[in-house]
Amino acid sequence: MMQVFEIASFVFASALRMSSPLIFAALGGIMSERSGVINISLEGKMLVGAFAAAVVTYYFHSPVLGLLGGALAGFILASIYSLFVISFKSNQIVTGTAINILAAGIVPLISQALFQNTGSTPEIPMADRFTQFPIILSWVSVVLIWAWFRYSPFGLWHQFAGEHPYALQTSGVDVISTRWCGVLSSGIFAGLGGATLSICLSSNFTRNMTAGRGFMALAALIVGRWRPMTAAVACIFFGLFDAVGITLQGLTLPQPDFDSALLNNFVKFFISTQFVQIIPYLLTVIAVAGFVGRSRPPKALGIPFLKNR
Amino acid sequence: MGLRVLWFVFLMCFSLTVEAYSPRVCLILDKGGKDDKAFNQAAYEGFARALKNLPVSQDSKFVTVREDSQATQFARTFSSGNCDLIIAVGFNNADVAHKLSESFPNQKYVVVDATYASSNIRSLSFQDHEGAFLMGAIAAIKTKSLQVGFIGGMEIPLMQRYQTGFEAGVKYINPKINVVSSFVGLTASAWNNPAKAKEIALSMYQRGVDIIYAPAGASSLGVFDAVQQVTKSGLDHCFVIGTDFNQNYMVPGHVLTSLIKKVDVQVYNSIQQFINHNMQTGLVKLSFKENALDWALDRFNSGLYSKNEIQRINDIKKKITEGRIQVPDFYRSGHSLSQPSSKL
Repeated sequence: MMQVFEIASFVFASALRMSSPLIFAALGGIMSERSGVINISLEGKMLVGAFAAAVVTYYFHSPVLGLLGGALAGFILASIYSLFVISFKSNQIVTGTAINILAAGIVPLISQALFQNTGSTPEIPMADRFTQFPIILSWVSVVLIWAWFRYSPFGLWHQFAGEHPYALQTSGVDVISTRWCGVLSSGIFAGLGGATLSICLSSNFTRNMTAGRGFMALAALIVGRWRPMTAAVACIFFGLFDAVGITLQGLTLPQPDFDSALLNNFVKFFISTQFVQIIPYLLTVIAVAGFVGRSRPPKALGIPFLKNR
Repeated sequence: MGLRVLWFVFLMCFSLTVEAYSPRVCLILDKGGKDDKAFNQAAYEGFARALKNLPVSQDSKFVTVREDSQATQFARTFSSGNCDLIIAVGFNNADVAHKLSESFPNQKYVVVDATYASSNIRSLSFQDHEGAFLMGAIAAIKTKSLQVGFIGGMEIPLMQRYQTGFEAGVKYINPKINVVSSFVGLTASAWNNPAKAKEIALSMYQRGVDIIYAPAGASSLGVFDAVQQVTKSGLDHCFVIGTDFNQNYMVPGHVLTSLIKKVDVQVYNSIQQFINHNMQTGLVKLSFKENALDWALDRFNSGLYSKNEIQRINDIKKKITEGRIQVPDFYRSGHSLSQPSSKL
């Protein structure tokens, strides 16, 4: 029993660790999408964030500067993105994909120039890395964003830019700059998520180390219905399934012992690691299909704002 | 004017006949890229050395595949008379090269980590299971908790070949030792996910595993990180076993050993043989005997072994070489020896 408790607490700690980059990225997604701009470039922003954080921490031996560096890198990439999608009104999905590809390419290029190595940055010693701070910060940001949406007028403007931008314009608020703020802060959060990955959860940057987390965050965002709290809970769930999957591998579970072989195989299928690993994606598909309540995107999501309509 | 052109043509012919044969070599790397700290990097290093030391055409080039579908494009372009020798690294690229080799019977290929027996393919097949067997034996000799771990990258036959070999090696020393096996993931991103590999390793160490063998590409960096972390938090008998390169230096004193896989040497030798027109095609099995695999013993880890243990390990290595130990090969048997198990 004691051991079960120990394993459970370890699984939960592991889930907390693994979900914190997702939470940051999901917050980034919320900031951008609630203001009406689709953001599938979270992956790319995380990647540059992870890289910049690793580089800055390596050179300055300060994880705090590293975190800021990661945020700044995400900010810069986001400003390119918003220049195209908000000011030039280009297609948001296509531009987002382009940003992802740009990030995947520019990182090895800079890495080659700095370290003569396109694969990974040099190892950062343990003393120069965070152990918990980014994880705590991720939850603090969730609460802050939640309060900001709920209690501040700016948060309200932000939501209106995504729901009904012309109403916002009528009330005298500049929609364009509201959206710019949304996308830029999205870059900062995604960059922080990447930084968490490289200077807290690992010891350096390795090529494509985000491994699809940007897209997972997007899924969490949809499951969480574009709300910070629920999205964060969805992230924790994703992390939990990951952690359970890890723990299940190699554990002997009591073998199912029914009379029918079919039933035995059926039970085995549902407790297999592979099945546990697909649950988050399955959940996303179900959520998008609208089975678990309605997941409604902001009304003006993906529609460029034309000032003189 | 005419005379001058004639003179030029004459010179051209002359230079062509005198110039030594300098083939154009094309290298197709798998997704990890040239700095993946694993076999892609090793293959690239062999290629780069050949470019420097051998009379290889300076037009030789290397490409990195980003999507599986790209491999066919690259290989086909190179096969259509562009290159004299094509080196395809990795499972997918080798497969593509094999398919194309039938359409281009005069094109010569070298594939790394594959087992094709065609007349125009040189298949460098490293007997990874034998190497993993030795790693398993070393882990079994050194474990105190009687629990050892295995973390593979992407769950593909190659990794399962490592896993079966490793398990067999552990059981060879002591059948009672528990082997906990895990894979980072089911997609290609499993090779580049150190954060997840670290979590897996932490979970293993926390459950009492004291030695982990991690052939997981760049993800294995996470395991090295995990061993540092658990050591700092008080568990002092935790080790990791490196792979592909000598990684003993990475966490001095906590890397038990590394399985050195000399892909670079083999790639270099293949190019050299190709230039000398004596490249042997078909399946080329490479193991301890050919000095293509070895375990790393240097100043970083020699303090961890007693003389007897070193003797014993070398004995096992010798027995594998002489065929007195038959290591189970996943490619032949197609299934794992025993299911990994441990008690809750």
